[in-house]
Amino acid sequence: MKKLSTRRRHPLAAVVVLLLALAATGGLYAAFAPASKAQADESAQSLAIDEGKKLYAVGCASCHGTGGQGSSDAPSLVGVGSAAVDFQVGTGRMPAQQPGAQIPAKKVIYSQAEIDQLAAYIASLGAGPVIPTKNEYGPEGSDIAKGGELFRTNCAQCHNFTGKGGALTHGKFAPSLEGVAPKHIYEAMQTGPQNMPSFPDTTLSSKNKKDIIAYLNAVNGDNTESPGGLELGGLGPVSEGLFAWIFGLGALIAVAVWVAARTAKAKKS
Amino acid sequence: MSSQDIPEENLPAEQDAHGAVSVADEHDPFADPGLPPHEHRVQDIDERAAKRSERVVAFLFTVSMLATVAFIASYVAIPHDKAIFVFPIGHINALNFALGLTLGVALFTIGAGAVHWARTLMSDVEIADERHAIEAPPEVKAKVLADFKQGAKESALGRRKLIRNTMFGALALFPLSGVMLLRDLGPLPGTKLRHTLWSKGKLLVNMNTNLPLRPSDVAVGSLTFAKPEGLEETDEEFQTEIAKSALMIVRLQPDNIKDKRELEWAHEGIVAFSKICTHVGCPISLYEQQTHHVLCPCHQSTFDLSDGARVIFGPAGHALPQLRIGVSDEGYLQALGDFEEPVGPAFWERG
Amino acid sequence: MSTTTNTDSRAREKAPAGEKIADWADGRLGIYSLAKSNMRKIFPDHWSFMLGEVCLYSFIIIILTGVYLTLFFHPSMNEVTYHGSYVPLQGQLMSEAFNSTMHISFDVRGGLLIRQIHHWAALIFLAAMFVHMMRVFFTGAFRKPREVNWLFGFLLFVLGMFTGFTGYSLPDDLLSGTGVRFMEGAVLSVPIVGTYLSFFLFGGEFPGGDFVARFYSIHILLLPGIMLGLVVGHLILVFYHKHTQFAGPGKTNNNVVGMPLLPVYMAKAGGFFFLVFGVIAAVAAIASINPIWAMGPYRPDMVSTGAQPDWYMGFSEGLIRVMPGWEINVWGHTLVLGVFIPLIIFPLVLVAIAVYPFIESWVTGDKSEHHILDRPRNVPTRTAFGAAWISWYFVLLVGGGNDIWATHFHLSINSITWFVRVGFFVVPVLVFIATKRVCLGLQRRDRDKVLHGRESGIIKRLPHGEFVEIHEPLSQDALHTLTAHEQYVPAAIGATVDENGVERKVKGSEKLRAKLSEAYYGEDSQIPKPTVEEYKEITSGHGHH
Repeated sequence: MKKLSTRRRHPLAAVVVLLLALAATGGLYAAFAPASKAQADESAQSLAIDEGKKLYAVGCASCHGTGGQGSSDAPSLVGVGSAAVDFQVGTGRMPAQQPGAQIPAKKVIYSQAEIDQLAAYIASLGAGPVIPTKNEYGPEGSDIAKGGELFRTNCAQCHNFTGKGGALTHGKFAPSLEGVAPKHIYEAMQTGPQNMPSFPDTTLSSKNKKDIIAYLNAVNGDNTESPGGLELGGLGPVSEGLFAWIFGLGALIAVAVWVAARTAKAKKS
Repeated sequence: MSSQDIPEENLPAEQDAHGAVSVADEHDPFADPGLPPHEHRVQDIDERAAKRSERVVAFLFTVSMLATVAFIASYVAIPHDKAIFVFPIGHINALNFALGLTLGVALFTIGAGAVHWARTLMSDVEIADERHAIEAPPEVKAKVLADFKQGAKESALGRRKLIRNTMFGALALFPLSGVMLLRDLGPLPGTKLRHTLWSKGKLLVNMNTNLPLRPSDVAVGSLTFAKPEGLEETDEEFQTEIAKSALMIVRLQPDNIKDKRELEWAHEGIVAFSKICTHVGCPISLYEQQTHHVLCPCHQSTFDLSDGARVIFGPAGHALPQLRIGVSDEGYLQALGDFEEPVGPAFWERG
Repeated sequence: MSTTTNTDSRAREKAPAGEKIADWADGRLGIYSLAKSNMRKIFPDHWSFMLGEVCLYSFIIIILTGVYLTLFFHPSMNEVTYHGSYVPLQGQLMSEAFNSTMHISFDVRGGLLIRQIHHWAALIFLAAMFVHMMRVFFTGAFRKPREVNWLFGFLLFVLGMFTGFTGYSLPDDLLSGTGVRFMEGAVLSVPIVGTYLSFFLFGGEFPGGDFVARFYSIHILLLPGIMLGLVVGHLILVFYHKHTQFAGPGKTNNNVVGMPLLPVYMAKAGGFFFLVFGVIAAVAAIASINPIWAMGPYRPDMVSTGAQPDWYMGFSEGLIRVMPGWEINVWGHTLVLGVFIPLIIFPLVLVAIAVYPFIESWVTGDKSEHHILDRPRNVPTRTAFGAAWISWYFVLLVGGGNDIWATHFHLSINSITWFVRVGFFVVPVLVFIATKRVCLGLQRRDRDKVLHGRESGIIKRLPHGEFVEIHEPLSQDALHTLTAHEQYVPAAIGATVDENGVERKVKGSEKLRAKLSEAYYGEDSQIPKPTVEEYKEITSGHGHH
C-alpha cells in the first residue's frame, strides 16, 4: 500500500487513472451499446472529444488555458487542428518541460490513442489541418527527384541538404530530420510547429509533401547509401576539414615519425 | 664518451674532485663534444636479424603485388553500383571501398618496405657534410661587377638616353594590348543590376506548383517562394534571372507590421521580399514564423520582416528590398512594379 | 687520334650498359658533375623535416588524379537533364559540369575514388603546408639565407588556397555555387571598379554561363603551372642551401649531419611518397568528401544551411561572418565596408606571417647565415608571435563554422559571433603573453638543468640530518645542446653625441628598432643562458644553494 501512496502525487498518476477510467468506460460502452454503426462512429467521436478534454485539462490547460485560448506562456490552440496536436504530442515536444522559443523533441508520454483523443478535442475547438492518412504521406506514386528540388527550395536552408538540421538565431535550431516519422514530417509542413513556417496545401500541395518525404527517405533513411564512405555527419566542409587534419595529416605525421626515427641500437654488450 | 663514470649519488656539493667537469675540455664544459661514435644496430652485427629484416621487406613488397592484383580483380568483378554495409562506416559503395583499400595497401606497403629497408639494412652511419657560404668570395664578386660594368658600357645604354627612354616606353606600353584584350570578358554593367524581371502586372507564381498565387493561398505563418510569371526553369536565362527575382512571401497580421511603407506595399498583410541577401547574395530564407525574423544561412545576417526587413544582426548593410504587390482582376497576386532598389549585394554604383 | 682516346673507347666498350647510358647523358647533360655534389647529399633525420615532403607528395598526387579527372569532366554550364544512375536526381536540370561530375562519381569505375583522393589530397596538402610553414617559423628556419625560400613557400600556400577554391567551385553544385555567389558579392564590394570586375569575371551578370570554364582553366593550368614552377624553385633552394639541423653534438653551423641521399634518403623519401599516397587512398576509401549528389545542382535561389568553404578558406569565411554590416552611402555611391573590410583583412592576416622574417632580421640586424635551428623556447618573442598568429587564425576558423559550433555545442550563433568579434582582438594578445611566459619558464628550467643537473628523484639524508635530492649532472652532449643557442643583446641607439659634441639626429626608425630589440632581447624576454663561469662555480662546490 505504501508503494501506491508514494506514487499518488506522481505527475503521471492522473494519466494512469484516466487510462484506467478510459479502458473501463470504453469496455463498458462496447459491451452495453449495440447501436448502429453510424451512430457508434458519431458517439465514438464525441466520446473521444470528451476524453480528450479530460486529458487536456490535466496535461495542457495550465499553459494553453482551460479552453485552449492560450496564455502568456503558450499559444492559442483554437484552429491549429488535429495535425498540430499529433505532431507536438506525438514527437514528445508537448507537454513541454518549460515554455520557450524552442521546445525539443523528447520521449513521448501519451499513447497514440490518447493523442488521438487530444487531437479530436483540439480539432473540435476550431477547424484546422487534420492528421494525414497513410495514403497522403505514403511512398506510393511519389517523385523523389522532384521532392529533392522542393526540399532544396523550401527546407534545406534550415534543415541542411539532406535534413541533418542547422542553427537558427539565438540558440534556436532546426532539428535533424533523421528518423522522424513520415507522418510527423507531413504534419510539421502542414502546421508549422514553433518557429518553423507552415507550408499549407494551398502553396505546397499534398503531392509535393509526399515527394519531399520520399526524397528524405531516399537520402536520409535507414538504408541510405553514402557511396564515398563515412558520411562525417553530412555537414559539409567543416567536418571534412577536421577529418583531414586529424586523421589525414595526423596519420601522415605518425608515419613521418616512424620514417625519421632512429632504428633501435643493439644493446651494448 | 663522457661523464658515464660519475657515481649516482654524487651530490653537486661533492663533485669538486671529479664530477661533470672531468670532461675533455677543462676550459669549456659546454664545448661541442663532436659526433657520438656510431652504435651498431642488431642487423649490423647479427646476420639472422638482418635476414629477418630482409624477409619483412620482401613480405611487404609481396603484399603490395597481391594488393594490386586484388585491385584489378575488384575493378573487374565488383559492379559499380553495388552497395555493402561495412561496420562502422555504414552503407557504402563496394567498388569504391575495395579499390581504395587495395590501392592504399599496394602503395603503403611499397613505402613501408622501402623505409624498413633503409632503416634496418642500409648503413646508418651519420655523415657530416661541410657547408659552404652562399655568398660569393670577394674576388668573384669583384669580377662579376667588373663584367657587368664592361657590358653596360659596351651597350652604351647609359650614354644613349634616347634609346633607353624609348625602349622603356615601348616595353611599358605593349602590355596594354594584353589588358585591352580582356575587355570582352564581359559586357559593361550598365544598369543591369538595378532591374529584375518584375514589372507592373506580373503575377507571382508559386515555385512549388508553378501556378499563380491567390491571397487566400497564403496563410499567416506560412512561407512561400515565388518567381515572376513567364520565367520557366528550362529558359536559357533562368539562372541569371532567378538570381535577382526570387521572392519570399509571408503573411503577417497587419497590426504586427511596424513599418508604414511595408504595410502600404503589402496586400492584406501579405508581404513580398527579395529572397536574395543584401550581404553577398545567398538566398536568405530561414524564416522564424514566431519572431518574423529571417536568417541568412551563409553569414547569419538577420532581418526583421515585420519591420521593413531591417537588419537586426550580422554583416548585411541594408534591408531586404520589398516588392510592391496587389491583386489582379482575376484575383491573383501581382507585382505593382519592379523593385525600387537593386536587389542582392551592394555595389559601388548602387547609391 | 691519340692513343688515350683509343684506350678510352676500348674502356667504354667494356663498360656495363648502365654506365654507357650514363656516359651518353653526361656528354650531353653533364650529369656526373651534378651527381658529384648531389648523389651523396646529406639529409638530417627529424620527423618535422618530413612535413614538406607531405606537401610535395600530396601536390604530386593532386596533379596525377587531377589529370585523370580532366579526362571525364566537362567544364561547361550548358543545362542538361540528368539520366545517370543516382535516382534522387534523375530528370533534374543541371549544368554539364555537375552532370559530368555525377558521371565520374557514379558511372566511371574508380572515378569516385579518384575524385575523393583528389579532394582529400587537396585538404591535406593545404593542412601540411600550414604545419610545414609553422615548423619553419617556430624553428627560425626562415632566417638568412632562406628568406626567399620562405616567400616561395608562402606563395605556394596562398596559391594553393586559390587553386583549391577554384576547384571546389567546378562541380557547380549547390554548396560551391553558394561559395561563388559569395565571391561575386565580395568582388562587387570593391569600390569604383567592383561592378566591372564582377561583370568581366562572370561574363555578365551572375551566374551567367562562363565561370566554370574560366575557373577550369585557372584551376588546371594557370595556378598549378605557377605552383609547379615555385615548387621546383623551392626544392632547388633546399638542395642549394642544404637542410637545417637542430643543435647537438657534432652539429655546427658549418656542417650538416645525417644520412646520404643515395641510398638512405632515396629509399626513405621515395618510400614516403608511397606511404603518403597509400594513406590518402585509404582515407578516400573510408570517408566521403564533397558528396555533390546530396547537395544537388546549383540554383541561385536555393541554399542549404552549413554553407562553408573548404577549411583553408574558413578563416576568411570567419572574417566575413563576424564583420558588422557597415555601409556608407554618399553622393550616389555605396561603400560596402561590411564586405570590403574583410576582403582587405583577408590578405593582411596572411601577409602578417609572411613579412615576419624580414621584420625580425631588421630588429636583430643579424647578417650571418643560420643553419642551426632554434628551439622555440629560446626565442620567446617570435614563438609568442607565432602562437598568437595561429590563435588569430583559429578564432576566425571558429567564426567561419559558427553555425556548426552552435548546433553541436548547443550555443547561440549570435553569442559565438560576438565571441569571435571580441576574440579577434583579445585572444592573440592573451596567447602572446601566455606563450612568452611559458617560453621563459622553459628557459629557466633548461638553465637549472645545466647548472644543477637533472633531478634524479632520489632523496638522500646527509649526516647532519638534512634531506637533499640527488641531482645528476648532465652529459656533455646535453650540456652542449642546451647551451648552443646564441643570445642577442638588445641593440642600443648609438651615441647621440659625436666626438665633437655635436648632437646627431636619431631617426624614428632607429628608435623603433631599439625599442623592438629591447622587447625581443631585453631582460623580460630572455633568461640569460648559463655561462661557463657560473657552471664552474657551482660545480666546484662554491656558492651552491
